[in-house]
Amino acid sequence: MPDTFFTKSPHWGWWAVTEFFIAGIAGAAAAIAALLWLVGNRNDRFVARYGFAIATVGSALSGLLLTFDLKRPERFWHMLLFSKTLGPTFQKWWAPMADGAWALFLLGSFSFLILVGSLAEGGRLPSGLAFLAGGPLGAVLAALAGIAGLFYAGYKGVLLSATNRPLWGDTPWLGILLLASGFAMASALLLLLIRDRAPAVSQWLRQLLIGSLALTLLVVVILVATLDADVRRLVLQNVYGVVLLVAVLVGALVPLALAWRPQLLGRSTLPSAAVLVLVGGFLLRIAMLLSSEAA
Amino acid sequence: MAEPMGFFTDTSVCIGCKACEVACKAWNQLPARNGGKVTLSGESYDNTRALSGIQWRHVKFIEQFSPDRSTGRWLMMSDVCKHCVQAACLEVCPTGAIIRTEFDTVVIQSDVCNGCRACIAACPFGVIEINPETNTAMKCTLCYDRLQAGMVPACAQACPTQSIQFGPISELRQRAQARLEQLQAQGVTQARLYGHDESILGGLNSFYLLLDEPEVYGLPSNPQLPSQKAAPASALSTAGAVALGLLGLVGLRKQRMDKLAAEERDRRQQASETGE
Repeated sequence: MPDTFFTKSPHWGWWAVTEFFIAGIAGAAAAIAALLWLVGNRNDRFVARYGFAIATVGSALSGLLLTFDLKRPERFWHMLLFSKTLGPTFQKWWAPMADGAWALFLLGSFSFLILVGSLAEGGRLPSGLAFLAGGPLGAVLAALAGIAGLFYAGYKGVLLSATNRPLWGDTPWLGILLLASGFAMASALLLLLIRDRAPAVSQWLRQLLIGSLALTLLVVVILVATLDADVRRLVLQNVYGVVLLVAVLVGALVPLALAWRPQLLGRSTLPSAAVLVLVGGFLLRIAMLLSSEAA
Repeated sequence: MAEPMGFFTDTSVCIGCKACEVACKAWNQLPARNGGKVTLSGESYDNTRALSGIQWRHVKFIEQFSPDRSTGRWLMMSDVCKHCVQAACLEVCPTGAIIRTEFDTVVIQSDVCNGCRACIAACPFGVIEINPETNTAMKCTLCYDRLQAGMVPACAQACPTQSIQFGPISELRQRAQARLEQLQAQGVTQARLYGHDESILGGLNSFYLLLDEPEVYGLPSNPQLPSQKAAPASALSTAGAVALGLLGLVGLRKQRMDKLAAEERDRRQQASETGE
């Protein structure tokens, strides 16, 4: 029997699945928004604003879900500061969860600041706050939010790999898998939100969706193919294997085909693909997390 | 730092009396019930099943019988936290709740732990669980309080057969080697030491003399540190981030170039129309 089967489950259940889903979207949305903010057309910045809004709300929700999932939620701040010295926990950089907690904090903070600045620029908040989005400060904030988002979207899978649990500790491919899936979900959500209001950005998001779905599929195949045969049998030859199969078919292959041929179902093609990607992303996280929990 | 201290557990003389379990529970005031629930197995002499947040010592009863049950044996092993020299739980704990003591043992500070459970997923031996009374992760402390007072851990003191031996690691290793040689000379060729040297996580400060393969006792043959797995996962994740970032950048750049080309076309067309 593989060594990972001598371990105990941490009972990261539905709270964790939901948090992983939201975290993937939030992190990737910040990264996409940062790209648009820094390199895209200035007229399309409202799409970047959507991205930072998703990242801000998603970070807050992630933080709440993570806190609720602690056995001692009132000690949530121990994730950020050592309770005895009040030093930042990122001093222990080799502990993935300490890095993740800080990445989430920074992702939420930077996304919130650039969002406030952007809303002020658009006249929805007092104009005195527009300095947050303007000039070099706005660029720096956007870049930092994007970097934190990229880190956080991939970190969730690395966190799983840095365990000794079945499946999680048996493959190094979970980080890139959840990152690619997060990008696909964030692209899909942004496509749903902007609809026809920015055709050029929609086209770009569609390309990003195709790229991230293709990467997701490639990584799933490699992950499953390179797994130890015993691990594959014990962890995936059950209901979670079926869930993974459905996630791949419905959440990646079908939307990839739809995104490739955006006129296939008329105007509803891309929205349909986007909804399927979001459903598939959730199913993928169910399969990856709960299959190990059940082993 | 004081001399590294630990346990050498000689499973060949364990009689499964569970005195160590009782002594551990009594000294550490651990509850009998898990969150109010009775969790005794009721189907084996191994009634306490496994290590947990309220069960810091557990005597395993490994029943090896032939299919017709005409021959068989029980292997018994008093299991406990291994107090690894390179401890996975200590490595991943984000709050600093898990510390290494002056005795080179590994202890969870209950007043710091917030119950994130990263240590549970990281421990390659399945030692740690949540204690339902404190809602924090708990495991054997190697009786840190008793050690500080110059006392022997409760389990080792209670063991009637000296299956659990406590002392300085260097001394325990010599004792273990001598006992192994004695058993092998008696024809017990399956006898082996587990965790006595640096090959397993830099050495286990609670190591064992076993009478069969480690897996038979529920012990991993090649346990690993989480950091060994995090590095390749991080590298792949970074590669994915670079690939997707480049895809986005190239797409935006292409759009900008297309737009500039279209503007240039319009400008030339306007210029030619003006020229006419």
